[in-house]
Amino acid sequence: MGFFIEVVLGGLMAGVLYSLIALGFVLIFKASGVFNFAQGAMVLFAALALARLAEWIPKAVPMPPVMALVIAFVLAALVMVALAWFIERLVLRPLVGQEGIVLLMATLGVTYFLDGLGQTLWGSDVYSINLGLDREPMLVLGDWIEGGVLLDRIDIFAAVVATLLVIGLALFFQRTKTGRALRAVADDHQAAQSIGIPLERIWVIVWSVAGLVALVTGMVWGAKLGVQFSLSILALKALPVVILGGFTSIPGAIVGGLIIGVGEKLSEVYLGQLIGGGIENWFAYALALVFLLVRPQGLFGERIIDRV
Amino acid sequence: MFYRENGQFKTTYPADQQIFPIRQDRIAIGGLLVFAFGLVPFLASDYLFLSIINPFLILALAAIGLNLLVGYCGQISLGTAAFMSVGAYAAYNLMVRIPGLNLVVAILLAGGVAMLFGVLFGIPSLRIRGLYLAVATLAAQFFADWAFQRIGWLTNYSSSGSVSVPTLNMLGWKIDSPVEKYLFCLAFVVVFALAAKNLVRGNVGRSWMAMRDMDVAAQVIGIRPVYAKLTAFAVSAYIVGVAGALWAFVHLGSWEPAAFDINRSLNLLFMIIIGGLGSILGSFLGAAFIVVLPIALSQVPGWLGLSMSVATAAHLEAMIFGSLIVFFLIVEPHGLARLWSIGKEKLRMWPFPH
Repeated sequence: MGFFIEVVLGGLMAGVLYSLIALGFVLIFKASGVFNFAQGAMVLFAALALARLAEWIPKAVPMPPVMALVIAFVLAALVMVALAWFIERLVLRPLVGQEGIVLLMATLGVTYFLDGLGQTLWGSDVYSINLGLDREPMLVLGDWIEGGVLLDRIDIFAAVVATLLVIGLALFFQRTKTGRALRAVADDHQAAQSIGIPLERIWVIVWSVAGLVALVTGMVWGAKLGVQFSLSILALKALPVVILGGFTSIPGAIVGGLIIGVGEKLSEVYLGQLIGGGIENWFAYALALVFLLVRPQGLFGERIIDRV
Repeated sequence: MFYRENGQFKTTYPADQQIFPIRQDRIAIGGLLVFAFGLVPFLASDYLFLSIINPFLILALAAIGLNLLVGYCGQISLGTAAFMSVGAYAAYNLMVRIPGLNLVVAILLAGGVAMLFGVLFGIPSLRIRGLYLAVATLAAQFFADWAFQRIGWLTNYSSSGSVSVPTLNMLGWKIDSPVEKYLFCLAFVVVFALAAKNLVRGNVGRSWMAMRDMDVAAQVIGIRPVYAKLTAFAVSAYIVGVAGALWAFVHLGSWEPAAFDINRSLNLLFMIIIGGLGSILGSFLGAAFIVVLPIALSQVPGWLGLSMSVATAAHLEAMIFGSLIVFFLIVEPHGLARLWSIGKEKLRMWPFPH
C-alpha cells in the first residue's frame, strides 16, 4: 500500500511539472492561436539564464546565494520579457493570418534558434540550481502506513510553486484590466480588435507571461534534474498533456498533467513489468490518443462545431 | 517566348489528360532524366554522392510521401520518421529471415509493412483533426522508438536495436560504389515521383484535396472520409517506408533506432513546408534546401577564416538554421514551389510582358 501511494505521489509530482509546461502552451495557444513548439526551448533558455546568472552575480558582487538567486530570477524574467518582445516583432507579426501549421513551423525555427542562442550565451554544460532545500527525502505518513512514504522536499516545493502560479494567473486573468483584455482576445480576435484592444501588445504580454511560466518551470525542473539540454526534450512530454486537457483550457492543462503523470508512473511500474520497461515514453501519448477517440476536443477543450 | 503553349492543340482525350500537358515541360523532364541517369554519374565526385546527392534523393522520396499526406490530404503528421524506421527494420527482417530474397522485393515489401503501421496510426485521424492530430501522431514516433529498442525479435536480438546489412546485392549486381548506390536510389525516386504525380491528379488525389480543403463539404458531395484519409495514410506510409528502407540500406548501412528520431520527422516536415505544401516539385526543392543548408553552414566559418570550437560552431549553426527557417516562412509561406510557379508565369510572357 505504501509503495502504491508512493508511486501515485511520484506521478502527481511529475504531473505538476508537466502541467507547468502545458500551461505555457495553453496560454499562448488561447491568446494567439499559435501552437508554441518552442515552449520547451524557452524552459531550457530560462533555466540556463537563471543558473548562470545566479553563478555569476556572487562572483561580481559578493552576496548570500539566496539573494543572488532572487536577483538572477528578476534578471532572467527581464530576459524572457525581452525575448517575448523580439519573438512578437520578428516572427509573429510578419506571419499574421498564416495557417496553423506555418506558425507551428515558425516556432520550430524559434526552437532551433533558442537552443543555439541559449547554449552560446550561457554555456552548454550541466548546471545546477540550488534552492537551498535539503536534498534528503522526508518520511511522511509513517503512523498510518507501514514503512511510511518517502517524499522529496523539492517535489513539495514544486507543488507549492505550481499552485501559487496557477492562483496568480487566475487572479491576473480574472481581476485585472489586462487579464480581461487577454480573455477577450482569446475569445475572438476580431471582436477584441474592434473594441480597441491592441492585439500586438496583448501578444507581447501573453508571450511574456508564458516566458515567466517557462522560467518558473525551468527553475523547478532545473533544481530537480540539473539544467541541461535534455530539459528541452522532456518538454515534449507536455504535448500529450495539452491534447488530453484540451488546447484552450487552463484547468485542462493542470488536470491533464496530473492524469498523465500518475498514469505514466503507474503504467511503468505495473504494466512495464509485463511488456518490458521504458514504456513511459509513449504511454502518455497512447493514453491521450485513446482518450481523444472518445472526446476529440480533449477534457475541457472548446467543443468543435463544423460549419460548411 | 520559349515557354508558352500557343499552337499546341489537343485533338484526343489522352493528349488532353497526360501528366505534363505542355510540350516544353515534357522536354524539360526528359532532359532532366537524361541528365540524372546519363551525365551525373560521370560528373559528380564520390564525396558529393555520399554526403549530398544520395541523402537528397532518399529524403526527397520521403518528403514526397509526407507531402501526399500533409500537403494533399491535410493530415499533419509528426511521426514520419517512425514510418521510415518501420520500413527500414521491416526490410532488415525480411532480408534476414528469408534467405535469397531479392533486395528490391524486400524494400517494396517493407513499404507494405510500413503501410499497415501507417493505417493503424491513421485511424485516429477519423476522429481528430489539425494540431490535435499532429500531436497524436507523435505516439507513432515514440512507440516505434521504444519498440525497436526493447522488442528483441524485431531487431534479431541485437543490442539496443543497432543492426547492419551486408553488401547490397541484386541479381548478382553488387551495389557498393557511390555511383551505383545513386543509380539504385534514383530509379526508385523516379518511379515513385511519377506515380505520386499521377496519383494526385486522379480520383484518389482529388478526394484527398477535397478532404483537405473542407472535410464536411467533401462528405456532402459523396467522398467517404474513412476511405480518403486512410488511403492517404496508406500511400504516404508506403512511400515513406520505402524511403526509410533505402535510407537504412543504401545510405547508412548500419543504424540504430536513433537514426529515425523525432528530429528526422521535424526535418521532413520542414522540407515540405519550405518546398511547398501540395507540390511534388516542392518536395524535391525542400529536400535539397534542408540537405544542403547545414553542410553549407558548417563550411562558413572556414571560408571566413574564423576558428571556433566545434560546439560553438554547432550552436551558431542551429541559430542560423532556425532564423533562416523563420525568414523563409515570412518571405514565402507557400514554399519554394510557389516561387517556381511565379517564375513560370513570368517566363510565359517574357520578354514582352504586355
